[in-house]
Amino acid sequence: MEEEVMTEKRPIISTGGPQPAAGKRRSLSMPARYAINAVLVLVILILGELMIDGGAINRYQSTVLEQVGIYIILAVSLNIATGYLGQLPLGHAGFMSMGAYGCSIFIIRMSEVLGIGARDFVTGSPMTFLLVLGGLVVGGLCAAVAGIIIGIPALRLKGDYLAIITLAFAEIIRVVMLNIDSVLGFELTGGAAGLTGIPGYTSFLLVFGCVAVVCFLIHTMMKSRHGRAILAIRDNEIAAEATGVNTTYYKTLAFVASAFFAGVAGGLYAGCVGVLQPAVFGFMKSIEILVMVVLGGMGSMLGSALSATVLTILPEALRAFSEYRMIAYAVVLVLVMIFRPQGLLGSYDFSLSRIIERVMNRDFPWSRKSAAPAGADDGKEASHDA
Amino acid sequence: MFENVSRRQFVTGSAAAIMGLGLVGCGGNGGGEGGDGASSIKVGIMGPHTGDNSSYGLACLNGAQLYFKQLNADGGVNGKQIEAVVYDTKGDATEAVNAYNRLVQEDGVTGIVGSVLTGPTIAVAQASVADNMPCVTPSATAADVVTYGSNYFRACVTDPEQGRVMAHFASEQGYKNVATLYLSGSDYSEGVNAAFCDEAESLGITITTQQSYADGDVDFKAQLTNIIATNPDAILVPNYYQDDGMIVNQARTQGYDKVFLGVDGWSGIYGGSENYADAANLHDCYYCCAFSSSNESETATKFVSDYEAEYGEAPTNFCALGYDAAMVLAAGLTAAEEAGLEAGSDEYKQAVIDGVASGTVEGVTGSISYEGTGDPVKSSLIITFAEDGAEETFQVLEA
Amino acid sequence: MFITQVLNGLQLGSIYALVALGYTMVYGIILLLNFAHGDIIMVGAYVSWLVMAQLGLNPVLAVILSVAACTLMGVLIDKVAYAPLRNAPRLSILITAIGVSYFLENGAQLVFGADAKVVPAYTDLQTIQVGDLALSFPSVLTVIVTIVATVALTLVVQKTKLGKAMRAVSEDMGAARLMGINVNSTISFTFAVGSALAGIGAVLYAMAYTQASPTMGMMLGTKAFVAAVLGGIGSIPGAVVGGLLVGFAEVIVTALGLSVWKDAVVFLLLIIVLVVRPTGIFGRTMNEKV
Repeated sequence: MEEEVMTEKRPIISTGGPQPAAGKRRSLSMPARYAINAVLVLVILILGELMIDGGAINRYQSTVLEQVGIYIILAVSLNIATGYLGQLPLGHAGFMSMGAYGCSIFIIRMSEVLGIGARDFVTGSPMTFLLVLGGLVVGGLCAAVAGIIIGIPALRLKGDYLAIITLAFAEIIRVVMLNIDSVLGFELTGGAAGLTGIPGYTSFLLVFGCVAVVCFLIHTMMKSRHGRAILAIRDNEIAAEATGVNTTYYKTLAFVASAFFAGVAGGLYAGCVGVLQPAVFGFMKSIEILVMVVLGGMGSMLGSALSATVLTILPEALRAFSEYRMIAYAVVLVLVMIFRPQGLLGSYDFSLSRIIERVMNRDFPWSRKSAAPAGADDGKEASHDA
Repeated sequence: MFENVSRRQFVTGSAAAIMGLGLVGCGGNGGGEGGDGASSIKVGIMGPHTGDNSSYGLACLNGAQLYFKQLNADGGVNGKQIEAVVYDTKGDATEAVNAYNRLVQEDGVTGIVGSVLTGPTIAVAQASVADNMPCVTPSATAADVVTYGSNYFRACVTDPEQGRVMAHFASEQGYKNVATLYLSGSDYSEGVNAAFCDEAESLGITITTQQSYADGDVDFKAQLTNIIATNPDAILVPNYYQDDGMIVNQARTQGYDKVFLGVDGWSGIYGGSENYADAANLHDCYYCCAFSSSNESETATKFVSDYEAEYGEAPTNFCALGYDAAMVLAAGLTAAEEAGLEAGSDEYKQAVIDGVASGTVEGVTGSISYEGTGDPVKSSLIITFAEDGAEETFQVLEA
Repeated sequence: MFITQVLNGLQLGSIYALVALGYTMVYGIILLLNFAHGDIIMVGAYVSWLVMAQLGLNPVLAVILSVAACTLMGVLIDKVAYAPLRNAPRLSILITAIGVSYFLENGAQLVFGADAKVVPAYTDLQTIQVGDLALSFPSVLTVIVTIVATVALTLVVQKTKLGKAMRAVSEDMGAARLMGINVNSTISFTFAVGSALAGIGAVLYAMAYTQASPTMGMMLGTKAFVAAVLGGIGSIPGAVVGGLLVGFAEVIVTALGLSVWKDAVVFLLLIIVLVVRPTGIFGRTMNEKV
């Protein structure tokens, strides 16, 4: 069922028009597509790991890479709510903090119960691996619950009001994290002093494994009918509702998915830094993530991932200019909005199998002019039209 | 729209990762561990040099750089010049870990002065244990900082210690009822407040009320009204000078004319870059601190004049702590250099740590020594203000 | 103590109300949440500091220059950043507003440093004696100015020709243009008035709290913004009521000894009001057109 939609580039329009090339066009089968991409991901992971083990990438570089991965997850998860659903949540850092605290408290408490020391997480064992995975899921779930709590009332509201209410909610989460200990009467979050003693469980392999899984999940979700419903809501909520899309359900779904992945990223962040203070997860952090999504192109996963990468690495490469970094952010943000409101990549996305298919069909951009008009079935063109 | 979502988006993350590898690869110079030849010793200085907390980070930086400059002018350590590599943490734990890793892995430093704020410093402390990298923080006051390994030291006294010092001071001065007004969400302010209240109550002082405010607040009148209604003999305000100044002014306007107690964050409230409280309002204010420009000891007066000559303004407590942290680290480096060890080796680092731990340094904030922990044993001062707002040393509390 | 707390709430609420008025005006006309509004106040406070502390000039001049600088700033921001986006999606304009706010804050930090600057007193008059109550002069002035500003603003919007144009543009920009109203100059005028109010707010703020810092606009802006939304954004009486509500909520929570929860309570209040009455207390319900 899904296959049909996937291979047909224009399921609605194509029914009417003549399509001489469509029958002859060679395409990859679904398993082949998944296999190609799975191999690519594995190659990258193994290559990265080998480079780290072999010393070609030192610890400074690998830590920066871990942060790149964490920000990629944050950006692509915010992209669900901003790019695909078309809302503007300003409290992504709140979900991140729920995940970070949920994950690290779970891991700290469980490793006490199971008698696992902090060093064991660095050397790694099947037990610690399971524990970390469990922690990340717990973190994601904490964030998802927060997403539901705020999502259901918030999504009744439109645009600006949703932005405000998520901003307010993230602030409330911060204040709760600060003061929950005095209400509970025992130490949970560590309050202002921060949660310390988090084992350093985050590694290159774990982060990029998560990046691949998260991107895959978001991709498949957006390819399914759920994803189309979400896109329909963005394009015209009233029309979507009229055609029978349960808008409240799908808005909440997108919102909760966005929160869940932010929570996972928070869990990875906790293991990377080793200390959590509520003040870190303020409005500024939310804006930082938003900037990544907006610059990359709202609705483009590649854009989000690329700008997360560049905006994490660039400040490291340009440490000498750190004074001007924030001001440059602001200027770029305004300029992009004025001159290219859809973001640098718009909603274009990278697809390896599409490139392979094009090679198989000898359908290159430079041979385009001679091609029959009907054969110009090209995702890249279409995205520029949007 | 549907066509625009690509087929294999999950590849994108990995594609970005490749780019990441490339970019980071370009960023570094691939330098290894260890110093750069025999003529110089590399040390790192880090702290928040931009952002909201940059005034503290820059003060520490200035102090530390002044010390290294003077040291180099005097011939350096064992004939080698100190070369300081400075990185900004922006007050963020992630940035601090990056800065630390970069200092160690790319620049190959042999010791670090930093970081400045508690959160980032804890993150660095955790990361540095595995390297056994000698680090001295000028100003991270939370108890946790020095507990992860034997390699971390601090030049300042802890939050709880400051709280206890002020509680004893309050008890000695005969204050029976004390109220507190602290910054909720600040580890520093909350830490001092909690320690003060515990200690004060055990000394028989009644804590009439504990009020708090949030970051960014400028109107403290509601809290002060509550506090004044409990008729305290003194109010503890454990925070930084900008807020302290507003609180003192507003309280005096509301008719409170009794005592204010503070801790080292008060340094700079008057006579520094700005006068955050009116001189007329600063009567009966006491705070404990490691350093004051009113201190008349020989080292302190020399430091004040040197600092003013270098930077054109009076040094604050943070400047002095930065200076002393650099001095502590330099003492450790001297010990390691004299032992003739190879820079960057494990023995060298251990020798630096042992040198710091066993030595005693006569800093501008008093004599500093370590007795088996990373917490210094040092004297502190109780500072008050003259009628014209100038700081005066009220008491010297020996270690 | 009760009366003192009421006065505390009144002063705090008045400052919020004054700032909220600016938010409400801009939103009313171009449906933009001007995130940079709080930062315009910051600019005003720094101008006062520059004029009095650095140049040593007269406080009256400082007031005039602060208000003028804020007005100019507001109009300039509109022309440079918002005007090119008049027909862009709302999301883009909102993000631009965040960008402008970011720019002003970080620009101020770069120019003036992170440390707060102390704005000298505008006047020696600090307290007013009413019976046995000593009222702080800035508090009293703030309350009076807020009342005057609200009344004047209502009159401008309801009685003048420009006010009529503003209401027309806010009702339907396209139709207003067809009726011969110069939409761009009307929007500029709205920004000018809103920012002038921010300038007055800056002077009152600096008088009461004496400090100017790069991030001072952030919390003030957020709270005023909450106030405007609470009252029903786009509504002038709504902004005043919302401002007072936020001010009093903060003071009541503090007076109850729960000051650590103060900000959470304000934001919770906002969420509750929005859920129960999504357009705020005085807001008009607008049905979305298909």
